[in-house]
Amino acid sequence: MYALQQAKAGHAGAKEEVIRLDRIGKRFDGSEVLRDISLHLRKGEFVSLLGPSGSGKSTILNIMTGLEEADTGTVSIGGQIGYMQQKDLLLPWKTVIDNIALPLDLKGRNKKESRALAESLIDRVGLRGYEHRYPGEMSGGMKQRASFLRTLIASGEIMLLDEPFGALDSMTKSSMQQWLLEVQEAFGLTILFITHDIEEAILLSDRVYVLSSRPGTIKEELGVDFGVGDKRSRLVDPKLLKMKERIRSLL
Amino acid sequence: MILKKKTGHWFYPIAALFLAVLMWQLVVTLADIPIYILPSPLDTVKALLTDFGMIARHLIATLYASLLGFTLSVALAFILAIAMDSFGVVKKSLYPILIVSQTVPTIAITPLLIIWFGFGVLPKILIIVLMCFFPICISLVDGFDKVDGDYLRLFRSIKANRWQTFYHLKLPHAMVNLFSGLKIAATYMLMAAIIGEWQGGTDGLGVYMVRTKNAYALDKMFASILVIVLISVALIYLINKVASRVNHWK
Ligand SMILES: Nc1ncnc2c1ncn2[C@@H]1O[C@H](COP(=O)(O)OP(=O)(O)OP(=O)(O)O)[C@@H](O)[C@H]1O
Ligand SMILES: [Mg+2]
Repeated sequence: MYALQQAKAGHAGAKEEVIRLDRIGKRFDGSEVLRDISLHLRKGEFVSLLGPSGSGKSTILNIMTGLEEADTGTVSIGGQIGYMQQKDLLLPWKTVIDNIALPLDLKGRNKKESRALAESLIDRVGLRGYEHRYPGEMSGGMKQRASFLRTLIASGEIMLLDEPFGALDSMTKSSMQQWLLEVQEAFGLTILFITHDIEEAILLSDRVYVLSSRPGTIKEELGVDFGVGDKRSRLVDPKLLKMKERIRSLL
Repeated sequence: MILKKKTGHWFYPIAALFLAVLMWQLVVTLADIPIYILPSPLDTVKALLTDFGMIARHLIATLYASLLGFTLSVALAFILAIAMDSFGVVKKSLYPILIVSQTVPTIAITPLLIIWFGFGVLPKILIIVLMCFFPICISLVDGFDKVDGDYLRLFRSIKANRWQTFYHLKLPHAMVNLFSGLKIAATYMLMAAIIGEWQGGTDGLGVYMVRTKNAYALDKMFASILVIVLISVALIYLINKVASRVNHWK
């Protein structure tokens, strides 16, 4: 019953696809890392990629962003992508606001306007008052949020997030998850989210792709069909446990 | 990071130094050692005060050559480090040669430089560049090199061009390294100038040292050594100050 339900997918609308990977294969130094990966994202969807360490999750994102070349298969991207890598990768010698505005600076935008845009979004990530601090003075969660905002500024509406909450304690993590859902709604984002954490994937996603261990293949594609209107209600839904069990048995 | 830290860290080395100087003074005084064998600390300070004008004149010549050589070294180091960073071939060809070149004893080639370029300031500056260029260049190259690959990916994914990647990422990253190279170079630069002057020349502290040594005026020679030590410490202090300004985010 948890298998992908076309009807459910239909709910996300017959909306256009913004990302499609078709039968992607990738080897590193002769050893196969990805095999026959096909997946897609529709506009406005929140999709998770769940898989064990080394299953090639980050490699998939690198292929989508053109940082790596796929050996076989096709990639189609319809829109501007922002890519938030596994680490926060803030420049320690730039202030938070300068870090966030960096992508705009590199595009040669007017410095003042870029700062103003970054300033206007800083409340959204709860970093008001920290604009002129350096990353070294901030907690892991704050750095992740700054990194997120930098990605958001650089991107159109598609965001690829590689374990953005991987390094956080569970309390911070759950507030960040709520925050992410709010931001997604506010900006109408399409999100591809990588995680190790089964529960996190279920709580946040419309659909989940489960990857096998190396070489990574798509084991299963699951639609999360409960708590669709209010994802927060999923936490107390008994279906959560069942789905967790089901995914655990896949991994 | 030597000689930085909090004021508390100053106390121990200064106390130890003070004790050593005190013992030195006691040994010389009690054993009644003549000045041409070993001058005491007090003799040294006295000589510094009485011959101050002369020492200052020579010091200025040494500092002039040193700073000029140092500036040239920094410029050359930047040019070469950037070339090595930008072109793999340049780095592959030059990096090993640079390392090996450091095993050539500078002191052995200074007479050659003097033969080729005379007793003027030029051979002195060349010696300084030969010694100072290396630590600065290597610190820069390593600094550029050690930038985390994930940061490079970040810059690629936000479509930074080469120059932007250099300016916003590699250069600031290398700044921390650069200053440790600069500190080494700053201590080398006076040494190198003195080596050059020692082997021939008309002015500079090296010349002064040779003359005072030949006259068995060891107190004056020690006075000039003291000056060099003090200047070196001051330079390192200055570089530390600049470093903490530049790398204020640390
Ligand atoms: N540039 C590369 N060169 C060689 N091997 C690579 C490269 N990038 C990734 N790999 C290898 O490919 C495999 C998949 O890596 P990837 O980082 O995509 O996994 P992942 O699923 O993101 O793992 P994690 O959950 O630990 O982040 C790993 O075994 C890794 O060592
Ligand atoms: Mg990864």
